[in-house]
Amino acid sequence: MTTRVETLLWIAQRASAAVLAVCVVVHLATIIYAVQGGLTAAEILGRTRGNHGWLAFYTLFVAAVSVHAPIGLRAIFLEWLRWRGASRDVVLALLAAALAWMGMRAALAVFM
Amino acid sequence: MKVSVWKGGAEGSFQEFDVPRHPSQTVLDVVTYIQRTLDPTLAYRFACRVGMCGSCAMTVNGVPRWTCRTHVDKVARNDKVEIGPLRNLPLIRDLVTDMREFFDKWARANGQFKGNRTRHDDFEAVKPNSADRVQADAGIECIGCAVCYSACDVVSWNPDYLGPAALNRAWTLVKDERDGAKLERLRAVAGDAGCHSCHTHMSCTERCPKHLSPTASIAGLKREVLKSLIRGEL
Repeated sequence: MTTRVETLLWIAQRASAAVLAVCVVVHLATIIYAVQGGLTAAEILGRTRGNHGWLAFYTLFVAAVSVHAPIGLRAIFLEWLRWRGASRDVVLALLAAALAWMGMRAALAVFM
Repeated sequence: MKVSVWKGGAEGSFQEFDVPRHPSQTVLDVVTYIQRTLDPTLAYRFACRVGMCGSCAMTVNGVPRWTCRTHVDKVARNDKVEIGPLRNLPLIRDLVTDMREFFDKWARANGQFKGNRTRHDDFEAVKPNSADRVQADAGIECIGCAVCYSACDVVSWNPDYLGPAALNRAWTLVKDERDGAKLERLRAVAGDAGCHSCHTHMSCTERCPKHLSPTASIAGLKREVLKSLIRGEL
């Protein structure tokens, strides 16, 4: 991997962290608001189904997680397991794809 | 006082010596006393004894320090001192480490000044209060003692990491208006082995005997690399 790509990954890690900081706060605040006076599936779906705003928000959230987590694990694998090179990066690319797929599946499930 | 000193190579062990206490005694005085009167086989390094040469750094009670300017009064606990070699460097014997990798990394970080003028040109006028000069000044007094390198956890986790001293050196050159190899240097210090691996633990800054902040220098390199990437140069 070239220095340029490694630098781009570092920037992606920082940028996704900034997005996550906002997304996590909104997500937690919504949970606290939503559980006031009980919590039902109908209430959640009533808020999310057909709501393009929430779909956009959770799409952004999922994208940020899919970028942030694998890049963080990349450094952890190097520093704790001395695992580097193409095998590590392929596994992490698959992890990024899995996170994006599972995340979007959940986001779309409450939208449709 | 009881002084435990590392003896042998990587498989060695601490050996205890009784050393008399004196006012204003430094840790280097203690090691020298042991070598001259108790154990002439003890290997250690020093040269200037006044905090200029950077050759006498050791691990004192678990902390990397310049021993010639460290008073026993400051570090002794219950009249005991433990003196070992610097970590993160291959051990040769006793208190002597192999510094080659440490200085090779300065070279890998393009730590050499590359002037952009010849002897036929006039001197470059660098204003003492220019922003670049002020930032270079903040990092320029490094004595190459490897205390920061020994204190850095990232070096112990990632042996390719250039380390705080080499990156600090690169930063002082990036901020040197007379230097003509800035882009090449930014390429050398970016990425997994360079400034982007720093965790900002600040152990280097905490331990630097010259009170420099390699952490700030590394943060500066990250900014400069980012700017150069945005400009499409990297």
